[in-house]
Amino acid sequence: MASATLRHTVWILRGNPLTAVAAAGVVLLILIAIFGPSIVPYDPIASNVSQALAPPSAAHLAGTDQLGRDTFSRLVVATRLDLVIAVSAVGISFVLGAVIGAFCGYAGGRLDRAVGRFVDVMMAFPLFVLAMAMVAALGNRVENIVIATAIINLPFYIRFARAEVNVRRNVGWVEAARAGGESNFSVVLRFLLPNVLPAMAVQMSLNLGWAILNAAGLSFIGLGVRPPTPEWGIMVAEGARFISTGKWWLVAFPGLALMLAVLCFNLLGDGMRDILDPRMRT
Amino acid sequence: MSSLPALFGVLVFTFLLMRVLPGDPAVFFASGPNAGKEEIEVIRKQMGLDKPVPQQLLLYLYDVGRGNLGRSLMTGQAVTTDLRDRLPASLELTLTALLIALVSAIPLGVLAALKPGSVIDHGVRLFCALGVCVPTFVSGLLLIYVFYYLLGLAPDPTGRIDVFTSLPPSRTGFLTIDFLLAGDLDGWWAAFRQLILPAATMALFVIAPLARITRASMLVSLGSDFVRTARSVGLSWWRIVVTYALRNAILPVITIAGIVFSTMLGANVLVEKVYSWPGVASYALDALLSSDYAPVQGFVLLMASIFVVVNLLVDVLYGIADPRVSI
Repeated sequence: MASATLRHTVWILRGNPLTAVAAAGVVLLILIAIFGPSIVPYDPIASNVSQALAPPSAAHLAGTDQLGRDTFSRLVVATRLDLVIAVSAVGISFVLGAVIGAFCGYAGGRLDRAVGRFVDVMMAFPLFVLAMAMVAALGNRVENIVIATAIINLPFYIRFARAEVNVRRNVGWVEAARAGGESNFSVVLRFLLPNVLPAMAVQMSLNLGWAILNAAGLSFIGLGVRPPTPEWGIMVAEGARFISTGKWWLVAFPGLALMLAVLCFNLLGDGMRDILDPRMRT
Repeated sequence: MSSLPALFGVLVFTFLLMRVLPGDPAVFFASGPNAGKEEIEVIRKQMGLDKPVPQQLLLYLYDVGRGNLGRSLMTGQAVTTDLRDRLPASLELTLTALLIALVSAIPLGVLAALKPGSVIDHGVRLFCALGVCVPTFVSGLLLIYVFYYLLGLAPDPTGRIDVFTSLPPSRTGFLTIDFLLAGDLDGWWAAFRQLILPAATMALFVIAPLARITRASMLVSLGSDFVRTARSVGLSWWRIVVTYALRNAILPVITIAGIVFSTMLGANVLVEKVYSWPGVASYALDALLSSDYAPVQGFVLLMASIFVVVNLLVDVLYGIADPRVSI
């Protein structure tokens, strides 16, 4: 079984080398998040007005901003904050969503239908607006960006876990576990959830990109992260003031960083889905 | 109709939003932070804040039912008035964007489905993969850079219209339509030039899901028996693709278009900020950043109501496209 999966994985990767590239990209992002702050050439917060708004050059790879801060250093340092926000938000909604969804899917009945209906409606609501309002209500802090992003992600996980558990609730090994005297609680947590996890991990990877965009959007409009903290969304917001005078690098490079991060997570998620379930390929 | 409970949920949510917010609203509405204790107590009574929370909720629902959404501290006007003034700008932008997205996504999806594996197919796929990765605020700013700064084709990206242009009599609130009704073609062109960049920005973000779903559902319908039959009796290619295949493939596209529209309502916030577009989202955002909460509440409610209306509309369209579905 394991070797078959491995062979299948290799086969998929050969047919779709993009997945391998995306995986390498994600690893690189994580390394940058860990080691970035100690290897950057300039202090990301130190201003140097004599060098303000300099275009990209050998000394400043991505140019400098209105205070003369090195954009490249700020980009690298921002990776950690952006990833931490996205990963913790997705982590929270993953854990909560998996547990709530699994219990609903296992229990079935009226509660399950009510939750299902609620989740469907939630998913179609303008979620960004909801996140905005939540950050406003909870207070304009980074933790609350995480909470808001986690809550608007929650419906996707609940729905997913619910559907996956629902199709498995009456299969042989679940009945066997029940017959063996396992409580409903332990059937869900020890038997059903571990079976659902791989599929949910794929969902998580696809979702991470979305969470990054969402968090960056919130800080772009001035919620959550405050200047001078380097963060991709806020860097774009600061650069926006100079775009109509042609200072493209202040927007283009943070935008590129966002795009590449999201692209890596999306491609990795797509590739992992192909490995798990080749029929889902589009 | 299943979205009506959601509207109620949002009502309760916005109510709670107002109640759990940091700071006492009574102090807020009093003359200032150094207002006397008695004065605050009086305002508290006036606003009904001394009553138990469930009763406050009922009062709030009653107010909303009468169309009273409170007063904005920022503009000094009733929130309903402010929202009514600014809604047409947002709707004009969003609807134009949806139109652009549909007009470009459906042909792209159909082309990709007609020749799977071809250059067009891969191109569309690449475009879709990249399209969902670029944040709207970045693509908007880059479009400004290219079309305003480099090429000089677009006007100054602030607002709906040049301050020096005389406005047409307001009939629909949609500037492009009002200018046409007034017969002012120069004005129409000016308004159109302001509109096209923000609308394109918003469209770029949603073309990907629309094109992808069109391609997937066209592939299914092109591979079905009725298309094979139509082909075997020698119907024209155009007729097969458009009348038979596309009509059957359009249902999932309609469903996705509903979801896309609500994504766009959210994206409005970002696009309106980038282009200083005087719509409801930028109004709510300004209010939010200056701790003026009544407009935010009103905005979330307005979005929820639009969302309910759009869902109904999707159901109706679904019924028109597929007569088997009755509503």
